[in-house]
Amino acid sequence: MIEAIPIQLVIMLVGLAATMAFVGLNAIVLVYLERKVAGFIHRRPGPYEVGPHGILQPFADGLKLVGKQIFTPKGADSFLYWLAPMISMAPAVVCFLVIPFGPHLQIINTNVGLVLILAFTGVNVLALCIAGWTSQNKYSLLGAARGVSQSVAYEIPLLLSVLPIIFLTGTFNLFDIATNQGSWPWQWFVVTQPLAFIIFFICALAETNRAPFDLPEAESELTAGFHTEYSGMGFALFFLSEYAYMVIAACVGAILFLGGFKGPIVDGWWWFLAKVYILLLIMIWIRWTFPRVRFDQLLNICWKWLIPLAILNLLITLLVIAL
Amino acid sequence: MNLDLRLDTSGDFYAQKFQPTKREDTLILNMGPQHPSTHGVLRIILEIDGEYIVRAQPVLGYIHRMHEKMAEVMSYPQYLPNPARTDYLHALAWGWAHVGAVERLMGLEVPERAEFIRVITCELNRINSHLLWWGAYLLDLGAFTPIMYAFDDREIIMDIMQRVTGSRLTYCYYRFGGVSGDIDDRFVSETREQCARMKERFKMYKALVTENFILRKRVEEIGEISVDTCRRYGATGPVLRGSGQEYDVRRAEPYSVYDRFDFNIPAYNDCDAMGRYLVRMDEMQESIKIIEQALDALPEGDFIHPKAPKRAKPPAGDVYFAVEGARGKIGMHLVSDGGKSAYRLKLRAPGFSNLSLFGEVSQGTLISDAVSILGSLDLVIPEIDR
Repeated sequence: MIEAIPIQLVIMLVGLAATMAFVGLNAIVLVYLERKVAGFIHRRPGPYEVGPHGILQPFADGLKLVGKQIFTPKGADSFLYWLAPMISMAPAVVCFLVIPFGPHLQIINTNVGLVLILAFTGVNVLALCIAGWTSQNKYSLLGAARGVSQSVAYEIPLLLSVLPIIFLTGTFNLFDIATNQGSWPWQWFVVTQPLAFIIFFICALAETNRAPFDLPEAESELTAGFHTEYSGMGFALFFLSEYAYMVIAACVGAILFLGGFKGPIVDGWWWFLAKVYILLLIMIWIRWTFPRVRFDQLLNICWKWLIPLAILNLLITLLVIAL
Repeated sequence: MNLDLRLDTSGDFYAQKFQPTKREDTLILNMGPQHPSTHGVLRIILEIDGEYIVRAQPVLGYIHRMHEKMAEVMSYPQYLPNPARTDYLHALAWGWAHVGAVERLMGLEVPERAEFIRVITCELNRINSHLLWWGAYLLDLGAFTPIMYAFDDREIIMDIMQRVTGSRLTYCYYRFGGVSGDIDDRFVSETREQCARMKERFKMYKALVTENFILRKRVEEIGEISVDTCRRYGATGPVLRGSGQEYDVRRAEPYSVYDRFDFNIPAYNDCDAMGRYLVRMDEMQESIKIIEQALDALPEGDFIHPKAPKRAKPPAGDVYFAVEGARGKIGMHLVSDGGKSAYRLKLRAPGFSNLSLFGEVSQGTLISDAVSILGSLDLVIPEIDR
C-alpha cells in the first residue's frame, strides 16, 4: 500500500509540469511575436507561409531543430558540453514556481521568492561559461568570457535597483510586494521609483543577453558566441532558456514596479500577463532598433553610471523612509 | 619535417607563416573566410590578447578568378561583362574603366548623350552601392533594421536600371563608343521621382541612424587613419576623403562630362570611422545632385557612336584610364599589341589598397572595433581578389 502522497509534493509536481508547459507556450508565442514584430519594424510581413499568417512557424522551427543531427565537436568534453544547455534551462523552470500570476494563482508562496529568482537566474552564467569552455572553439570561449564579466557587472546594479522596493515593502515575498501596490497605475512603484525601474530594465536586458547587450552571442563579431558549436536541441535549449529568462525578467519587473496582478476594476492574471507582454514587446522593440554596444562601453555604463545611480536612489529612498 | 615545438603545425600555410609569436599569452584567431562580418571570403588572422588585437593579417585569394588573365585570352567585346564581376556593387564604374581605356587607345569619340547616360546610370549605381554598404555596416554593428530600409530604396533603383540595362546587379551596359541601349522618358521620370524620394529618406536616415547615441559611440574616434597612412598604402575614395583629403578622380582627372556638373567633394577631418560614414552619406546626396543636373541637361543625339566598331581592335600601345568608383580609384592599364585581345590588362582595385592598411590600423583595438573598422573600409572581396 502506498501511503497517502503529501499534498505539498502533488502541488509541487503539478506546478512543475504547469510551469514547463508555460515556458514552452511562452517560447512559442514569443518566437512568433518576435519575428512578426521584427517584420513590422522592417516593413515586411515576417513569417507568412506556415499556417495562416505564419502562426505555425514556431512549430516548424521546433521540428527542424529536433530533426537536426546532435553533434559534439572534436576534443570537446561531451558530458559537460551537453550538460550546459540543461543547466541553462533547468533554473528557468524553477523560477516560475514562486511567481504570483494572480491573487490565487501561485504555486509556492514563500518568504524568499525574490531571492530565489535572483539566485537561480544567476546560474545561467554558469551554463554559458561551461558551454563556451567545453566547445573547443575560440569564438565560444570569447563569448563565455564576455558573458561572465557582463553578468558579474550587472548583478550588482540589478540587486541595488531591487533593494528600494524591499525597503519600501519590507518583504522578499513577491505576493506581498504585489499586494502592497494599489490597483491604479499611479499607485505602482514605477511612479515612486522611476529610476530604479529604468536601472532594473537595463540590467534585465543585460542579464538576459538581449540586444543591445547581446555581447556573448554577438553574431557579427563572434559568429554566434558561446553557442556557436551547438546544433539541434542543444541550441534549442539555449534558445528556449533565453526566452524563459526574458519572461522571468518581465515577470519580476511587472511584480516589483507595475503592481503585478493588481489592476483597475478586477485584479487577476490577465493584468499580469498584459504587463509582462508589454515589457516583452519593449524588449523586442529595443532589439530591432539599436546597434550593439561595445564590450568596454557596456561595463562603463554599469560601473560608472548604473551602480552610482542605484546607490544614490537607494540612499534617497532610505532617507525618505527614515523621515 | 619541422621539429620546432614552438611552431604549431596545425593550420594551413598562412596560419603557420603567421605563427611564431613573441608573446606566450596570446591567442591566434582565424576570422573568416566564413565569418558574418568579413562580407565574403576575406580571411584575417588575428593575434589577440584577451579581446585586444596585437597583430592582424588579411589573407587574400579565396575568390581569385583570373580576371586579368581572362582579358589576355578573350577578345575585347567578350571581356565586356567581366569588369562587372569584379566589383558587383559598383559594376558600372568598372565597366566604364574598361570601356574608357579601350576608347582612349582607339581614339573613339563618345556621343554626348551617351556620356550623360553613363553619368546618370553610374551615379545611380553608386547610390546603390553606398546604400548596401550602409545597411551592411550597421548590420556589422548589430543593428538589423537599416539594411531592410536600404534595400527598400535599392529595389526601386534596380527596377529603374533593369529596364534600360537588362540586369539588376552585374550590369553590362557600356559599349565601346556609347551604351547598349537608349534611355526613355519613363526612365527619366522614374529617376526624378526616386531622387525626390531619396532626399526625404536621407533626412529619415539621419534622424534614425546617424544621430543614434550608441552608433556614434561605436564609430566616433574608432579606426583613425591619417592622410599619411592613406598615402603610404594608396588608399582612395571615401577612406581617403574620410581622412580630410579632397581627392576625387571625377575632379582630379576629369573624364567624361563630369567637369560640367556642380557637385561638392565631401571630406571630413576626423579621420575616424564616422568620417568615412559621413563621406558616404554625403556622397549619395551629391550623386543625386549630379543625376538631377544631368537629367536637366540631357542632350539629344546618338546613344552610341554610329561608326563604333563591332569588333574593337585598338592599335598597339598602352593606356591608363581611371574612374571614381564607390570604393575609390578604379584604374585600368591596358597594353595592346594590336591584336584582338589585350596583351596585358592591369586592374587597379581600390579595395585592395584600402584593405592593406587594416593591419596597421587595427593594432591595439578591440575585436568589436576591428569589425567596425573593417566595415568602414567598405570592402568587396571579389574586387580585391579579382
